[in-house]
Amino acid sequence: MEPILQVKDLSVSFNAFAGKVQAVRHVDFELYKGETLVIVGESGSGKSVTTKAILGILPKNGHINSGEILYKGEDMAKYKEKDFYKIRGKQISLVFQDPLSALNPLMKIGKQITEALILSGGYEKKNAKDKAIELMKAVGIPNAELRYEQYPFQFSGGMRQRIIIAIALACNPEILICDEPTTALDVTIQSKILELINEMKRERDLSIIFITHDLGVVANMADRICVMYAGKIVEIGTAEDIFYRPAHPYTWALLSSIPDLDTREKLFSIPGAPPNMLNPPKGDAFAQRNKYALAVDFEEEPPFFKISDTHYAATWLLHPNAPKVEMPEILAHRIQRMKEANGIADEQQ
Amino acid sequence: MPTNNNNNAILRVENLSMHFTTKKRGRVSTVKAVDDVSFDVRKGETFGLVGESGCGKTTTGRAIIRLYNPTGGHVYFEDREITGKLTKELKKYVTDSIAMIFQDPIASLNPRMTVQEIIGEGLKVKGVKDPEERHRRTAEMLLKVGLSPEHATRYPHEFSGGQRQRIGIARALIAGPKLIIADEPISALDVSVQAQVINLLNDLKEEFGLTILFIAHNLSVVKYFSDRIGVMYFGKLVELATSEDLFKNPLHPYTKALLSAIPNPDPISEKTREKISYNPQSHDYKEGVQPSYHEVSPGHLLYCSEEELAAWTRDMKV
Repeated sequence: MEPILQVKDLSVSFNAFAGKVQAVRHVDFELYKGETLVIVGESGSGKSVTTKAILGILPKNGHINSGEILYKGEDMAKYKEKDFYKIRGKQISLVFQDPLSALNPLMKIGKQITEALILSGGYEKKNAKDKAIELMKAVGIPNAELRYEQYPFQFSGGMRQRIIIAIALACNPEILICDEPTTALDVTIQSKILELINEMKRERDLSIIFITHDLGVVANMADRICVMYAGKIVEIGTAEDIFYRPAHPYTWALLSSIPDLDTREKLFSIPGAPPNMLNPPKGDAFAQRNKYALAVDFEEEPPFFKISDTHYAATWLLHPNAPKVEMPEILAHRIQRMKEANGIADEQQ
Repeated sequence: MPTNNNNNAILRVENLSMHFTTKKRGRVSTVKAVDDVSFDVRKGETFGLVGESGCGKTTTGRAIIRLYNPTGGHVYFEDREITGKLTKELKKYVTDSIAMIFQDPIASLNPRMTVQEIIGEGLKVKGVKDPEERHRRTAEMLLKVGLSPEHATRYPHEFSGGQRQRIGIARALIAGPKLIIADEPISALDVSVQAQVINLLNDLKEEFGLTILFIAHNLSVVKYFSDRIGVMYFGKLVELATSEDLFKNPLHPYTKALLSAIPNPDPISEKTREKISYNPQSHDYKEGVQPSYHEVSPGHLLYCSEEELAAWTRDMKV
């Protein structure tokens, strides 16, 4: 299958007062038509910066140092600001994290939707209103005609996020990038918004890049998952690969550091804090916090090792000469429980 | 009344109300942030308080420790009333025995004070006059929360979020409190650091024999951490049970909706699971019918009317 968007060897750095912050380091991934690719990682792992680079909305001090972003045969990494006008909103749209600051508080909701329709959708003023109300109904806003005339402060957080989604979808984009769209929302509202995004994806055959740090949300949304740490992708695979057969010690740590509803054991906590990206550590960036680290991890960066056709991980533990290690017990137990609950036969490796 | 006179209750909250009134263009409007909430916290347990934002869980915590003056009801700590006018001696008793850990580790530490001053302040208030002694005990406490004594001379901005939350915990523990009110202590932290802080709180709880009132919205964390859980909705405590019982037998429709909304880190079950939504208008109370607390099974309280009680408990698992 042809990927719709391809990111190749992307590196982004920021010029800061103290030096160059290497936020994204040699990231490769593909997005296929109709799939949801989730990028998961802690704050500072470079997941938001990656998507900002794709849309060309890096802050002024951010630069793409190397790499290609291929979309429809064109390299967007070389685009000038003007070239992005035909992409943003029309082909690739973004749903922001904070629904409060993404809307203009002085502008009526209806105007903010029709603005997108008129500017990039080629609508006339008179038929834009009908289309906007149709969009508002599609994202589940009751009394759309009345709400059209209201201001953002009259909307609740969940409703605002629905409006943001409506604006993002106004010009029928092919790709939707969701940057932590539910972090600012309550759990009950969160599950409704996720449902809405999934529904929109089915209806419009969207391809979605979804960014989050919440593993529960990942499980709900993902077809495929990229795990990022310190600006690099450390593991990539289908949702089943990552949750049932995780291979990278960072993925293990991430999965076993949050309790699920049946957890009783002591949580597995990762010691220390993420590295300073001004001077990324030599070798594997996770080595210092990793109790499974080998001597080679401190010397040389691990390449990607292939586990299956869909599943790759960058850790020396997968090297044929590496000692065999087991994942943390708490995680092994949980996977066992999940397999039992879902009736999956236990395969012995 | 839900408070069965349990002797090992360290904190008893009876009909606590916290109403905020605002005057806007001469019109007075009242927000019932906490309305007629009653529960008790037993010695040595972790009591979880959950609910969505704005349901009054933080206000409940703050009203207990008297950051707000509650507008109604009584709070008893070790059978002494700590609501109403406090004498000087009683005030000291409250500040010595109850401490709070705040949500935001950045905003809750004074940027102009060193770690030594932040943590040692509690001792100063408690009447430890000797600076040497204060310094020694601060260093000790820093070690206990996983920092090192050298950190004492630094300022809060030199620390990461997780370390700052450890400072907040050290500050809460230094005066030797019996009850800790932890108001969303981990929600501002990164996933990998959350586990560190949860484990730390668990260890310290055992070591110091603490009782914790744990306020949070992340249900899987609350389930993991708490012995009993109270669910709040719109200023009311709608259901209270042991954490096992609550997750096995959620009775109030809001609790059911809340539990079904928890994202579960399992891609197969998560994608097929059915979510329940809660409609607060579904309570069709007839005139004169006041919902109240009912004990459906030992220790499991439910806020509902008689009619609802019968309907909701029909298919209860035992």
